[in-house]
Amino acid sequence: MPPADADRTVTPFPVGLWEQPQPSVPGEAADDAVQRIRVPASITYRYTPGAAPTRFLRGLAGKRILGEKDPVNGDVYVPPRGMSPIVGLPTTEQVELPDRGTLSAFCVVHIGFGVNAPPTPFVSALVLLDGAAVSLYGTLLEIPIEEVRIGMRVQAVWVDDDQLEPSFESIRYWKPLDEPDVAAELLKGHM
Amino acid sequence: MAPTRDVAIVSFAQTTHRRAVPELNEVELIQPVIREALDAIGATISDIGFTCSGSSDYLAGQAFSFVMTLDAVGAYPPIQESHVEMDGAWALYEAWLKIQSGHADTALVYGYSKASPGDLPRVLSRQLDPYYYGPLWPDSVALAGLQARAMIDAGIIDEAEMAAIAHRSREAARGNPHAQLQGSAPIDELLAAPYLAEPLRRHDCAPITDGGAAVVLAAGDRAREWSKRPAWIRGIDHRIDSHNFGARDLTTSPSTELAAQKAGVAGGPVDVAELHAPFTHQEKILTAALGLSDDTVINPSGGALAANPMMGAGLIRLGEVFKRIESGEANRGVAHATSGHLLQQNLVAVLEGER
Amino acid sequence: MSGNRVAVVGVGQTKYAAVRGDVSLPGLLREAAYRALADAHLTMDDIDAIVVGKAPDFFEGVMMPEGYLAEALGAVGKPLFRVHTAGSVGGSTAIVAASHIQSGVHERVLTIGWEMQSCSEAMWALSFPLPFQQQLVAGAGGYFAPFIREYMRRSGAPDDIGILVALKDRLNALKNPYAHLHEPDITYDSVKESFMLWEPIRYSETCPSSDGAIALVLAGESAAEASAASSGVPPAWIHGTSMRSEPAMASGRDQVSPQASRDCAADVFSQAGITNPRQEIDVVEMYVPFSWYEPMWLESLGFADEGVGWKMTESGATQMTGDLPVNCSGGVLSTNPIGASGMIRFGEAAMQVRGQAGDHQIDGVRRALGHAYGGAAQFFAMWVVGSDKP
Repeated sequence: MPPADADRTVTPFPVGLWEQPQPSVPGEAADDAVQRIRVPASITYRYTPGAAPTRFLRGLAGKRILGEKDPVNGDVYVPPRGMSPIVGLPTTEQVELPDRGTLSAFCVVHIGFGVNAPPTPFVSALVLLDGAAVSLYGTLLEIPIEEVRIGMRVQAVWVDDDQLEPSFESIRYWKPLDEPDVAAELLKGHM
Repeated sequence: MAPTRDVAIVSFAQTTHRRAVPELNEVELIQPVIREALDAIGATISDIGFTCSGSSDYLAGQAFSFVMTLDAVGAYPPIQESHVEMDGAWALYEAWLKIQSGHADTALVYGYSKASPGDLPRVLSRQLDPYYYGPLWPDSVALAGLQARAMIDAGIIDEAEMAAIAHRSREAARGNPHAQLQGSAPIDELLAAPYLAEPLRRHDCAPITDGGAAVVLAAGDRAREWSKRPAWIRGIDHRIDSHNFGARDLTTSPSTELAAQKAGVAGGPVDVAELHAPFTHQEKILTAALGLSDDTVINPSGGALAANPMMGAGLIRLGEVFKRIESGEANRGVAHATSGHLLQQNLVAVLEGER
Repeated sequence: MSGNRVAVVGVGQTKYAAVRGDVSLPGLLREAAYRALADAHLTMDDIDAIVVGKAPDFFEGVMMPEGYLAEALGAVGKPLFRVHTAGSVGGSTAIVAASHIQSGVHERVLTIGWEMQSCSEAMWALSFPLPFQQQLVAGAGGYFAPFIREYMRRSGAPDDIGILVALKDRLNALKNPYAHLHEPDITYDSVKESFMLWEPIRYSETCPSSDGAIALVLAGESAAEASAASSGVPPAWIHGTSMRSEPAMASGRDQVSPQASRDCAADVFSQAGITNPRQEIDVVEMYVPFSWYEPMWLESLGFADEGVGWKMTESGATQMTGDLPVNCSGGVLSTNPIGASGMIRFGEAAMQVRGQAGDHQIDGVRRALGHAYGGAAQFFAMWVVGSDKP
């Protein structure tokens, strides 16, 4: 605990600091200074995800989660970005992963961002899919927040089949799976 | 104590440049190039002491866009690494400093961009003074047009000479398998084309390119081990001019002249010069600022007029000079890179083969 | 240490604030630059090269702004170099500036780190959503909070360690006139009762979004001695610099104590000839944007054994009165212009060595560590500065 008698005075600036020059035009007082101008700027970008993410996103449209394999170590990356970050070589072999895994880390979000954020508070989860080397992000629902724990088993909840698209939003959220927890120590290095 | 280590370019690779590569993301685009540069000398990332890259968030349209590209390097276990929001030529400069400081003996340098997702001339207008120039949205071609006009009015160049530069560059690019534009229509045909931003016509402008390049640097005997004829960096310097275009003589490039002097361009004959001139008239400004004579072969690769991947095109100039020294085609060459509008910032390097 | 000797001979900071509407972007940078030059008893004309760093250009809405700023920074006709390595950029920039001198190329280099986050919406500038990428609908804190939770699980640390860190740093900030947040009324309970943002991170355990700049003047051996003779303030000699990077997502990577962090610390301490950092380092300026990163980095940097860094915090060892004061300036928790934050750590470390830190000065600092990190806890930059010439 910090001392209750902590000094709470705010240190003033040192004397003689360099100051802004005063305007030399009569009538142009400093308190009339323009503080802000608005310059609306908009640039339109047409993004493309790249080859590996395209393969992955097409999989999602078919309700399949397709990871990609490190050509040297065999680690499966999902979502794939086209490269094994360890060896710097392209991942080309696709591996279909189950839509279930283990919660490897999480936090409880009380201020959400973006149009897809669920009502707060909600659990932002890292899910290590069975067979994957790294975790992916999702929202965990259908469980009281105080019961959420590292190592618990979870499963994807998909949108209805007619809503499936090549998008992360094809997975609505993750829900608990009634299976024994995985030891947290086994998840180290795979968050 | 001045820099004392002998540092050379020993390997170079570049993409086959294209107007747009929508099927690949940046990491997929640059990885084969990095791999090619390392494979050419039989090296892996564990042989590299320092890695430095150049790219731009505004071109990618993403904050921290370089982070993902690190996946192409294979940076685990962790590496000594840095990034500049500049052309890869400046990444090479940082790597050269690291080697001169004794922090590394070898370096991997890469620069890349995809210009295709955005409207490049419009994106580049975001480099301008946000109070006075930016709100007017002058694009990069229009600004270059002002410069060309100033040169024509000063009697330094005319449209026919500009067309001849375009013609020579793109004809030279026929010998460059990586070039985006190869071959040119005859000069009179070029001059009959409509203006894009008078006095500039399409042929006066560099193409818009998705692509990148990678270079490996090494010091001393390591360089001799990796290359049969390394291109030693005998001098390298960069300087910047004012952004206040109205206060500049746009027909000259004092920063190039100064960088050339510091790099020691005049210290010997220049067999080849690769100049980063995205517009035809700028080649003439650079030739004058560098003090090059008619004996120097200029832009045998076709230069930026044949392919201009932003953040890579300057680095490619260094690589192209290296190639010609390594092959024995040239003994001493000058490479130049530019950044910003109207040749505002310039880097000059003198490369030389083993004496 | 390799290359020529380098020292910090000038430090200049702006007043940090949520909005610095009273100055333009060039005005903000000049405020820091002129203070650093005045501190070094030098002028713009004495400077050979300028090295600048900042985080994403979207913050100010100017692409590669160094071109625009060239004139304001006195850089016309000189080399002007721009670094961007995510959150570690302030530290990396100072290291790149040092290498301009270590290499023997230049004698006096001005380096500036800044961010004017009020120019745009900071959350947007950091991460606007791309249609095909996974959406982290939780903001930056939501990215790091799960790893903090994992640290708590592994270490068994009491829940309130983060509160103690936040309280300490914000009280320290009262002694630093430049700090953004001055909260004289802060208490243990006010931190504890502040709004939970990303459990376990509370509002008062989170860094602010600031406008501000810091500038350092670095000099080679003879230039440093000349400057110190003139200013009467001793140089802070650089004893070691190191940078390490690793990928954002890689199998085997530990986000709680990344290998790049451990490697970087081992490298910088070895350059400085330090074998027992807890004993041999007198003060630390550490990049702690969320309170719990103090104990996490204490372990990762080798000041504490794995799993017990929190005990240093709990015992008061990291307070100004402790044996390893951490973030006497108030740290990132009190001031966070992202592109400057790393360089502020490096600069504050130099100020401690030079005896310049005023009310937050620790007596007799001989060696200090400046630390910065960025990205997904994957980019690291550190330096050790000391009062003795290496």
